[in-house]
Amino acid sequence: MSESAQLPTTPSQHSGTAGSQPSQQPNYMQEFGFDRGQGLQFGIYSLGDHLPDPHDGSRVDAGQRIHEFIGYAQAAEDAGLDFFSLGESHQEFFASQAHAVILGAIAQATDTIRIGSSSTILSTSDPVRVFENFATIDLISGGRAELVAGRASRIGLFELLGYDLRDYEELYEEKLDLLLQINREKQVTWSGQFRTPLNDAEVLPRPTGQALRIWRAVGGAPASAVKAGLAGVPMVMAHLGGTTSVFKGTVDAYRRAAAHAGFDPATLPIATAGFFHAAETSQQALAGMYPHINEGMKRTNGQGMPKQHFAQSVHPASIANIGSPQQIIEKILHQHEVFGHQRYLAQIDFGGMPYAEVMKQIEIIGTEILPSVKKYTAEEAIR
Amino acid sequence: MKMILLSGSNVGTKTRAVIDHLAEAVASYDPTIELSVIDLAEADMVFADGRNFTEYTGDAGRVARELMDADAIIIGTPIFQASIPAALKNVFDLLPISAFLDKVVGVIATAGSSKHYLIPAQHLLPILTYMKAQVVQPYVFIEESDLHRGEIVSHDVVQRLDRLVEDTVVLTRTFASIREERDAAYGF
Repeated sequence: MSESAQLPTTPSQHSGTAGSQPSQQPNYMQEFGFDRGQGLQFGIYSLGDHLPDPHDGSRVDAGQRIHEFIGYAQAAEDAGLDFFSLGESHQEFFASQAHAVILGAIAQATDTIRIGSSSTILSTSDPVRVFENFATIDLISGGRAELVAGRASRIGLFELLGYDLRDYEELYEEKLDLLLQINREKQVTWSGQFRTPLNDAEVLPRPTGQALRIWRAVGGAPASAVKAGLAGVPMVMAHLGGTTSVFKGTVDAYRRAAAHAGFDPATLPIATAGFFHAAETSQQALAGMYPHINEGMKRTNGQGMPKQHFAQSVHPASIANIGSPQQIIEKILHQHEVFGHQRYLAQIDFGGMPYAEVMKQIEIIGTEILPSVKKYTAEEAIR
Repeated sequence: MKMILLSGSNVGTKTRAVIDHLAEAVASYDPTIELSVIDLAEADMVFADGRNFTEYTGDAGRVARELMDADAIIIGTPIFQASIPAALKNVFDLLPISAFLDKVVGVIATAGSSKHYLIPAQHLLPILTYMKAQVVQPYVFIEESDLHRGEIVSHDVVQRLDRLVEDTVVLTRTFASIREERDAAYGF
């Protein structure tokens, strides 16, 4: 474990951010409805980009793009997937800044699939408003809402929304603490640095069940996973590249930190998320996705992805699930063996991927990949 | 080919004088090269704060984008306190960690004393290597006595600068060609 990911020397040093003592820790595995008999949950997500198609420079208008997100969720539901989520990003070439509003529309347009964020940037939002939004989505959807709380990977939104970047770390930690407290307590009394205190405040509406399903978004580094573990909060890991073995350390750090703080890691679900693209052959999968990733990254990050790096994503050891359906099945099963996670989230669109192509990806998942993944990860299959 | 000559200090004249000489040498070597000079003394820079380079505005944003857009860069640095100037380090901090991937970077250093000869090797090259640059070996080290009132008076320095220009251009074309061949081999 790196120095930055060192655990506190005693459990008492952790802040107990789950809003309860470890002895009262809920079993998130049950609360989130994970059933080992059903196998690994399979979801898809979009970051909500609004980029041109690199092949012809065409770009649908923002309204159509937003309807595409809704269409993805409907198609995912029809294909039997477990989860659909949408991210927010406050920069050029994105259309899902108001992702909670779009998720409200998705809640109305779907019936059974779970829906959520990937992720909600909590650092620059008020936890009371975030809770109100997602509890509302939960009520509209009949208890299908989930919230993935992220820290922000871009800095522009701090200026846009009136926050000081110097508070980057503390903003997120304080707001997540408050969000979790609102989620667990009907009457909230709270004070902190970044918003006015709450005195016996009742935050309404309350979600359908006992509480909202809240995850902590974690990048690749173990330090953030340790924080999630110490707080006893379910974790979604974003995997943009590298090998599966590298991220095993992050999973281990999370579970070790949770156990150290007195939580039972067996009650804490883990989800992984990353690049996905299926085609008849791995070469076709590479060719089908590379221009979108490369041009999309150039426009959103200022730097494309070298072919050399991207070509390695079809390797069995790569965390990216790119290749033929059979190769992807084997990769997901391998990742499940390594991580023992409960949900995999495939990023199905980026860089102006045409709508029809995304629909094809969802169909491939539903017909070819999902049945095998479920079959071989269900508890009885493992035994 | 896009080449940037970066004068890496906001004070002093020696580094800029050598950069000006290099600009003439590049134009004379190959006038088709798209050449621009960035002089940090003429830019109103802000300190890097960790944001993506595309999010900076003003001169800091312009400098970052121009460097990211270049195929080749020759960095000129004076030696301050046995190291590179803070102004130059700030430029590196504005950029992403793989900023110099697929770029060739040459180095010239000006100093008041020959005792600083290894400072570029110890302080600048590790940064360039970390940021994935293909660094032209060797760099050109220029002392106070090689310059007189803004002109290079040492024939030896002039010849070494000419060689640096040629090496930078040849290496940039060579790596571009290697990369093109390699990328074509991937078949996607």
